[in-house]
Amino acid sequence: MLIEIKKLNVAYGTKTVLENITLTLSENEIVTIVGPNGSGKTTLFKAIIGSIPIKSGKVEIKQNLKIGYVPQLLNIDRSLPLTVERFLKLAKSRNDQGFLRAKQILDSDDLLSKQVSNLSAGQLQRVLLGYALMNEPDVLLLDEATRGLDQPGSAAFYKKIEEIRKTTGCAILMISHDLHVVMGASNRVICLNGHICCQGEPKSVAASPEYISMFGSKVEGALALYHHNHSHEGKGS
Amino acid sequence: MLDDFMVRAAIAGIGVALAAAPLGCFVVWRRMAYFGESTAHAALLGVSLSLLFEFSVFFGAIFLSLLMTSLVTLAQGRSLFLDTLLGVAGHMSLATGLVVVSFISGVRIELMAYLIGDILSVSKTDVLLIWIGLLIVLGLIFWRWSALLLCTLNEDLAASSGLNPRRESYALTIGLAVVVAVGIKVVGVLLIISMLIIPAASARSLVSTPEKMAVFASVIGMLSAVLGLNASYVFDTPTGPSIVCVASLIFIITLVLSFFVGQFSGIIKTEKES
Repeated sequence: MLIEIKKLNVAYGTKTVLENITLTLSENEIVTIVGPNGSGKTTLFKAIIGSIPIKSGKVEIKQNLKIGYVPQLLNIDRSLPLTVERFLKLAKSRNDQGFLRAKQILDSDDLLSKQVSNLSAGQLQRVLLGYALMNEPDVLLLDEATRGLDQPGSAAFYKKIEEIRKTTGCAILMISHDLHVVMGASNRVICLNGHICCQGEPKSVAASPEYISMFGSKVEGALALYHHNHSHEGKGS
Repeated sequence: MLDDFMVRAAIAGIGVALAAAPLGCFVVWRRMAYFGESTAHAALLGVSLSLLFEFSVFFGAIFLSLLMTSLVTLAQGRSLFLDTLLGVAGHMSLATGLVVVSFISGVRIELMAYLIGDILSVSKTDVLLIWIGLLIVLGLIFWRWSALLLCTLNEDLAASSGLNPRRESYALTIGLAVVVAVGIKVVGVLLIISMLIIPAASARSLVSTPEKMAVFASVIGMLSAVLGLNASYVFDTPTGPSIVCVASLIFIITLVLSFFVGQFSGIIKTEKES
């Protein structure tokens, strides 16, 4: 077990944001958290990395677990000159191996000398993912990592994630709005809305009444779309 | 050597410039200029109180600056109108400071020295205090450099690698209080923030990494201090404002320069493409 959360409650002031959350993440798993805006998805991540105080319950992290956190964006002012290479080397362990891994994710070496504040959404996502991989993480936390990417862009991004899991064996916990892609690519889906509404295998979650009341029943078609994306690369359908 | 007031002034000016410039980079990157302004205003209240109760002006200034920065850091994230609160607290201190001073007879002229600085009258003790302050600030920045950069970029990212963003930002506020306290004698309460942000802003267009920006800002700051000091001697102008004028001039020059360089490289690019 890499991460084990038991009966977690988090509140901002008097407002309860997360209520009675119990979930686990094991080796090699891809778990996706879906939920409407304001359902506490990012807060859950913050509780895992320890950047907010928790009200009650437990967040148990396996000892010496290396977490690679991929945030939605960087709060970079144009007055801060920062090349992609310099940013990557801010990582805790900056050995050559990590740097090589990160470079692979970037796809192009030209990106290294670019200013972080000038990156497009897709480039920034790759850089942030590369940064997370610098430390050779056991777990990747992806917070809406495909925000701002178009559909082929996010499909390519998720393919990369799948590759990373295959080659490094790290577990992945992600927040996503790309229901169609996510449902196909995950081992487990957790439906969050302040509390956990339902969780399980993608298909059973998609069929559950809680899920349908939250996202509608169009998921079947969306699932098909995902498979369609795949068939481009494969033998064709 | 230190018996010459010009030499003392130069060493004091360089000390303040060196402490202010790298810290100023963070002030610019984190959009803390207004925060710095309010800290400086709080320092004036500290100065007035220490004149009234006759204790060290330096410690009065640093105490009030620290009090201000601590209160604001505490309020961060708890209040939605932080900017307004900063303005209220800063100007309240400034006004109270000015009123307090009016109760003390004979210091009205001296007050001017704290508003715009009086670098030509720095004593050996002042020089020593300034350089101790410089060492503290540079030490803090060197030690926390990567951590501070990461916290500036994304606090959650910093937290996920085991840092405490709140503690890191406190290192910055301590540095800010120290710079304000040691800078009062040199450029005064009203202008000290310019020593933080103008060299940093001038360096921005010349560099591509944060480290280079800090180094360039330090060089520009030192240059401004020395040239400003000389200019004030030659033209018989107030020294603090002269230093800031030189810094501003350098800023304008780098701005124009980077504009033309940008245009120029743009021309080369289009020529290559065509």
